[in-house]
Amino acid sequence: MFTPVPNPTTNPGPAKFGEQDLIRRSASTVTPPAKRQTEVAKLIDVSKCIGCKACQVACLEWNNLTEEVGINVGVYDNPHDLTPNTWTLMRYTEYENAETGNLEWLIRKDGCMHCEDPGCLKACPAPGAIVQYSNGIVDFVHDKCIGCGYCVKGCPFNIPRISKVDAKAYKCTLCVDRVAVGQGPACQKACPTQAIVFGTKDEMKQWADHRIKDLKSRGFKNAGLYDPPGVKGTHVMYVLQHNDKPQIYAGLPNNPSISPVVELWKGATKYAGLTAIGAFAAIGFLHHLLTGANRVSAEDEKNAERLTEGRS
Amino acid sequence: MTNSWMDIKNADVVWIMGGNAAEAHPCGFKWVTEAKAERGAKLMVVDPRFNRSAAMADHYAPIRSGSDITFLSAVINHLLTNDKIHKEYVRHYTNAAFIVKDEYEFNEGLFSGYDESKRSYDRSTWEYKFGPDGFAIRDMTLSDPRCVFQLMKKHFAQYTPELVQRVCGTPKDKFLKVAEWVASTANGERAMTIMYALGWTQHSHGAQNIRCAAMIQLLCGNIGIPGGGVNALRGHSNVQGITDVGTLTAAIPGYLALPTEQEPTLESHLSKRAFKPLTPNQTSYWQNYRKFYVSFLKTQFGANATKENEFGYNYLPKLDGIYDCIKMFDLMHQGKTNGLICQGFNPLMAIPNSNKSREALSKLKFLVSMDPIETDTARFWENHGEFNNVDPAKIQTEVFMLPVTSFAEEEGSVTNSSRLIQWRWKAADPYYESKTDIDILADLFVRMRKMYEKDGGKGKDAILAVDWSYKDPLHPSVDELQAELNGRALVDLKDAEGKVVRAAGQRLASFGEMRDDGSTDGCMWIYTGFYGPTGNMAQRRDNSDPSGLGVYQNWGFSWPANRRIQYNRASADPDGKPWSEAKKYMYWNGERWTGPDVPDYVPTIPPERAVGPFIMNAEGVSRLWVRGLMADGPFPVHMEPFESPVPNLVFPKLKGNPVARVFKNDMEALGASKDFPIVGTTYRLTEHFHYWTKSVHANAVMQPEFFVELSEELAREKGIRHGQMVRIWSKRGEVKGKAVVTKRIKPFMIDGKPVHQVGLPLNFGFIGETKKASPINGLTSAIGDSNSQTPEYKAFLVNIEPIAGPVA
Repeated sequence: MFTPVPNPTTNPGPAKFGEQDLIRRSASTVTPPAKRQTEVAKLIDVSKCIGCKACQVACLEWNNLTEEVGINVGVYDNPHDLTPNTWTLMRYTEYENAETGNLEWLIRKDGCMHCEDPGCLKACPAPGAIVQYSNGIVDFVHDKCIGCGYCVKGCPFNIPRISKVDAKAYKCTLCVDRVAVGQGPACQKACPTQAIVFGTKDEMKQWADHRIKDLKSRGFKNAGLYDPPGVKGTHVMYVLQHNDKPQIYAGLPNNPSISPVVELWKGATKYAGLTAIGAFAAIGFLHHLLTGANRVSAEDEKNAERLTEGRS
Repeated sequence: MTNSWMDIKNADVVWIMGGNAAEAHPCGFKWVTEAKAERGAKLMVVDPRFNRSAAMADHYAPIRSGSDITFLSAVINHLLTNDKIHKEYVRHYTNAAFIVKDEYEFNEGLFSGYDESKRSYDRSTWEYKFGPDGFAIRDMTLSDPRCVFQLMKKHFAQYTPELVQRVCGTPKDKFLKVAEWVASTANGERAMTIMYALGWTQHSHGAQNIRCAAMIQLLCGNIGIPGGGVNALRGHSNVQGITDVGTLTAAIPGYLALPTEQEPTLESHLSKRAFKPLTPNQTSYWQNYRKFYVSFLKTQFGANATKENEFGYNYLPKLDGIYDCIKMFDLMHQGKTNGLICQGFNPLMAIPNSNKSREALSKLKFLVSMDPIETDTARFWENHGEFNNVDPAKIQTEVFMLPVTSFAEEEGSVTNSSRLIQWRWKAADPYYESKTDIDILADLFVRMRKMYEKDGGKGKDAILAVDWSYKDPLHPSVDELQAELNGRALVDLKDAEGKVVRAAGQRLASFGEMRDDGSTDGCMWIYTGFYGPTGNMAQRRDNSDPSGLGVYQNWGFSWPANRRIQYNRASADPDGKPWSEAKKYMYWNGERWTGPDVPDYVPTIPPERAVGPFIMNAEGVSRLWVRGLMADGPFPVHMEPFESPVPNLVFPKLKGNPVARVFKNDMEALGASKDFPIVGTTYRLTEHFHYWTKSVHANAVMQPEFFVELSEELAREKGIRHGQMVRIWSKRGEVKGKAVVTKRIKPFMIDGKPVHQVGLPLNFGFIGETKKASPINGLTSAIGDSNSQTPEYKAFLVNIEPIAGPVA
């Protein structure tokens, strides 16, 4: 058994990391901290997952999210996709293994992978709306989010979802608030079979080796760790029985990488764009000098209130 | 469970059949994943569906629902014919050597003594042959043709792998792999655990399914050792507790019997339960029955229980039959019942044949629902369209809903499948006017007693004799109730030398201190010690485990006597040495029995006294052959469900279980396979807990709507599309739900013909947050097991058709 993260003291104490530990900040530069924190990771062992959805419920409960009661469309997956309220989702695949003739029911917990090289952050045009801490956690800062949806396009795993209520992007935070006080993520805490474990990235890799050895002894010769190099590794990793075919696990990308559009956007285009922006800014400033500032009318305020209603 | 949840990690082979632990017991299932990951254990799952447990398995074998006895009997045959048994264990620790009466016979599926008109057996021939000394005759060479071992070989010979393929639809190679993995543990070096649940019990022959499992484990020597056992996984967190405390229809707390009409006096009841040893030197612990019974009566009637009045025995009701829930609802349906109190019970959903249940509830004068949540039963009178189509104007039943606190809002103990009693502290205050069950029942009792005092009535003496001397009669405290369960010394208890061993008023440390002269009380002997002189053992939270075997001796209290593995004397050979270093557990150290657990044995009896390890049995050994203790036979035989797609292919004369009780209208409500060719089976989903969590929003999100699981082949045959609404109907009722077309269900080839099966989750209803659905038990039949009356929910006949309309 992997020794779980012990319950920390209930006495209040300082957060283990914060602003000073940011290594990336969307659309802006940060001074990297002198010393990087130990990288953390969540390891999801698909071979131990019974698909009970306790993690899904724990995520709703901890993050105070309310999802709609949906309908059955002929599968066990509920809801049917990630949503602004469902940050993690069990995806079920019935896989007929041609080699062994056996049926396998592959159950993968989907959610943010917390990439070391986060495509969402790279694509994000809103300064500080997406941040990456030196322990590897990628988090969305909602009061800075402009709801443009670029993070969705930038994500190689199709994870963020834009809320129709407040037009902001949502995804798993790796329970950044729990980790900051020395706890593991809520999903890991709720998992009855240790299909989800949490610790330092090194510990998780070691634990994965132990699991892969067991799987290989049971005939899964391609068992392996999913820690894709295309995004420089992830802070949520999978142990897969068939690591040679990640796509059979409900479309887990074989070789995820950040879309070339995003790379281009952040490359040459960026500088061309910046020049253009500079020019427009200058024109804007000139316009301001000539005609004065725009004012928010009472009606604008009212509309804004109506739009944000119903979101706690 | 004979063993414990934690002990599953010691298994080398885990066999899940008749249950789906990953689905219904996800937290306990962690010990299976632990055995696999850390011990390299192999997991095999035998089930009609490739379920969540199968998804975790190293080997999966399909089986047609209701055909388990043939499968398991074939495993027994495999072990016997291939000589894959733990010989010394079988010889010394089972009744394999016992000689059976000459009159005992078995013919075409029926045992000697069958009376067709009474649908019952005269079991007198199902007995050992006794010698002039009064003890059973044995042949320790196991060669006498009338010894249990030889009778077994003969009885099971016809259950071949080919028969399994023909009757169960299990491919021969998949069956053989199961049998070989079982056989790999028949040596004292490796252990197999069997985990089962309602997939075995909910058949008209359910108890015999479990008999088969016990026999397999005894042949392999897997009882009493770490990582072994026959482990019943209970379906509620405290269902073990409520069974212990006596909600069985014919039992008082601690599995003692309620008197019957044939037992007018205490002596007449006790003399039938003398439990004289059947072989020399045996403990036969049930000889203490009298002490437990008198102590129970002393708790029940206090000072009103005296030697002169047989400790109040005459106050106990004398049964004229059994009153299980099927019988209760049949009586209600006949209009013979005035009122029903449902305490944490939703029978409209839970009882078979819901249409009959609804009619039965409509004939009551009053119905009381004591529950923390609104139940479908409490709203049975309300029209919910096709899901509960009644005319409220025609129902006169008065319904009272009494809100009760939930488990988190009161303190008390919970007993889990491991027989482990654990304390739960109160976590929150009750909502609004809800009260604890104890307070409601106390209030009811005190009011009723006052009415009896004033107006008299049938049974007045008994009601007035009940000892209700709680400090506050309206609020018996948890402390007082626990002391009653545990038992106390009522006078100074002295040993043979006259020394006081337990002072008057002190709580007892063990049921060994109970006496039959009225000097002790204690209404549940098996729990004695959990609230002993040193305090509340259920509150202990020491998670140290020095042996590393998952014993956790100082965590909570495991009945009986804080024992974690039952029959653990059998973990050592007759000389008291462990069978192997790998399975070392309890052993004789030259002076006493020792090891990480509490020995299930008198700790100072040396091995040479040859006292058998199964001390509860009068034989001192376990029973491969159960004498007359089961209604439907001393050995299992293949019986089909009452509704089956095929006739009994093994014993064509048998229809269902020949001794199961069948009420007239239930027999008429049985469907034939020509009209209902498909096997239906019900089960729960891990996302829900019974009928409770459909009222919990987050659970409703996880599984929002009733569905039916069916194979791709059946879907093609019937033109059913994925996610489409379908109608499923039996002779008794119908339900509608979404089609989940899956590769995880495959048709079976039974006797050369394809047989389809559909899976029907049971958690949905018309009250709660999930989409409305009809009770699934509208489909099921109210025929139960002949020993336990557990309804046959797991195998019945249905038909299915698509409902036209767009895919939702």
